[in-house]
Amino acid sequence: MPNTQELQDLTTQVRRDILRMVHKVNSGHPGGSLGCAEFLVTLYQEIMDRKDHFDMDGIGEDLFFLSNGHISPVYYSVLARSGYFSVDELNTFRLINSRLQGHPTTHEGLPGVRIASGSLGQGMSVAIGAAQAKKLNGDSHLIYSLHGDGELQEGQNWEAIMYASAKKVDNLISTIDLNGKQIDGATDDVLPMGSIKQKFEAFGWIAIEIEKGNDIKAILEGMAEAKSKTGNGKPVCVLLKTEMGNGVDFMMHTHAWHGKAPNDEQLEIALSQNPETLGDY
Amino acid sequence: MKTYENTGNKDTRSGFGAGLTELGKTNENVVALCADLIGSLKMDDFKANHPERFYQVGIAEANMIGIAAGLTIGGKIPFTGTFANFSTGRVYDQIRQSVAYSSKNVKICASHAGITLGEDGATHQILEDIGLMKMLPGMTVINTCDFNQTKAATLAIAEHEGPVYLRFGRPKVANFTPENQKFEIGKAVQLTEGTDVTIVATGHLVWEALEASKILNEQGISAEVINIHTIKPLDESVILGSIAKTGCVVTAEEHNYLGGLGESVSRTLVKNNPVPQEFVATNDTFGESGTPAQLMDKYGLNSKAIVEASKKVISRK
Repeated sequence: MPNTQELQDLTTQVRRDILRMVHKVNSGHPGGSLGCAEFLVTLYQEIMDRKDHFDMDGIGEDLFFLSNGHISPVYYSVLARSGYFSVDELNTFRLINSRLQGHPTTHEGLPGVRIASGSLGQGMSVAIGAAQAKKLNGDSHLIYSLHGDGELQEGQNWEAIMYASAKKVDNLISTIDLNGKQIDGATDDVLPMGSIKQKFEAFGWIAIEIEKGNDIKAILEGMAEAKSKTGNGKPVCVLLKTEMGNGVDFMMHTHAWHGKAPNDEQLEIALSQNPETLGDY
Repeated sequence: MKTYENTGNKDTRSGFGAGLTELGKTNENVVALCADLIGSLKMDDFKANHPERFYQVGIAEANMIGIAAGLTIGGKIPFTGTFANFSTGRVYDQIRQSVAYSSKNVKICASHAGITLGEDGATHQILEDIGLMKMLPGMTVINTCDFNQTKAATLAIAEHEGPVYLRFGRPKVANFTPENQKFEIGKAVQLTEGTDVTIVATGHLVWEALEASKILNEQGISAEVINIHTIKPLDESVILGSIAKTGCVVTAEEHNYLGGLGESVSRTLVKNNPVPQEFVATNDTFGESGTPAQLMDKYGLNSKAIVEASKKVISRK
């Protein structure tokens, strides 16, 4: 088992990055970003078999696609702290002439990003295509993707979910961030989706649940289980129960911080709850 | 006056199918996707010969575009096939974000474009697709005129790095361009030389423009016909060179005048050398059911319409 304290320290630092990035430009999406910090840190540090050097085709390594592109702050922080570009560049988030656009893009050539996302519901199709390219290339590495739960309201997902099982895309692990919230409120209030697990299973997927989606040990165990299920003729989904705004007490248990940045005073409180570990950018 | 021989009517979609069949043999990175219209798109041969590189996605065009974008990651060259309407309007945002903005090497191949789709009617007859596609940054837009040219274009776009929209049609039309021609993206083909009027045509209207030039010639009017197979990037120098000689232009396309080839030519003229222009195109309308010939006549998209437009534009010089 890897050193979870190191992963925890990195997660705390990522949290600080997220908060400082959105605060500086008074825009961006801290809630979902904070909720997925443990997951993305663990994915990039421990789960994925990655090469140090970025190239678009990514042959001979695991690839990750972020479908819910609005959680770009956590994505950028994890990419930078995984060595894809300098952490100093986090300072340019959402600024003019930056590679760190509001939503991720390949357009500015930011290493680590392989597809633009932000307009929701498109990432699973892209991940499936990349997974099928891996099969054609005889590349046994895996494709990982992340999607919001509210995002599943987009119909294209269900086209993709139906296709992936029909075509036995079994080198794909798609994670759904089940935080139960979207921009207008609780998913159950906006558009109740019933059992997402049953829906995936009905569509022929293997569904793995991670009840403690903000617990690094639980993520490690759950993702190891997910990985063990690949290669069996079925796509795998991970239902990751997270807390939006995790790690900042006043941002948790509400959808209010989905797309709102903290003011100076709120930032100070939030940072005090997440003391510097690896050094701020 | 140079004349062209119709070597036998053929559908442009079969030119696409023939090109794809050849690519299957010559380029192992070419993969093909179809949304339940294999027969209509003439993709049967590719599917039969290369089942491992062929993806039947079912009636799910949005998913097809996304999968195509993903397949490029790993070096594949995906060709998607469905009707023009379902290749563009239905999946505009998927093309915009996952293909164009992401600079993915996807070839969107669209059959049954325009009004000549015929009897199925307006739900399936898109007359807005050139406009939709040419507005996307980085997108190359091609509309071929016959079987031979469509086959050549299909081969050429596999060699071109970047997203391409390739538009072709359903009906059997004159096949008159050379077999095994070299297709140069963005390079206009001057078909006839003339001094009184320039006719810039694309797609099925190119043959109609040649027919019109014969009628005009009999009436003592010398028309220069230019085949613009690539609408974006537009070969401005050939158009400007021609109108410097003729002083007027007729544009002809199976598309709405709003957003089509005609507007791209107008922009070129206004910026460089404003001369009178007439548009042979649909007039901000939907199509309807009918045979292709009936529809081309009713909506003013044939040689007769080009002759009338030519006389009108000459009178405005």
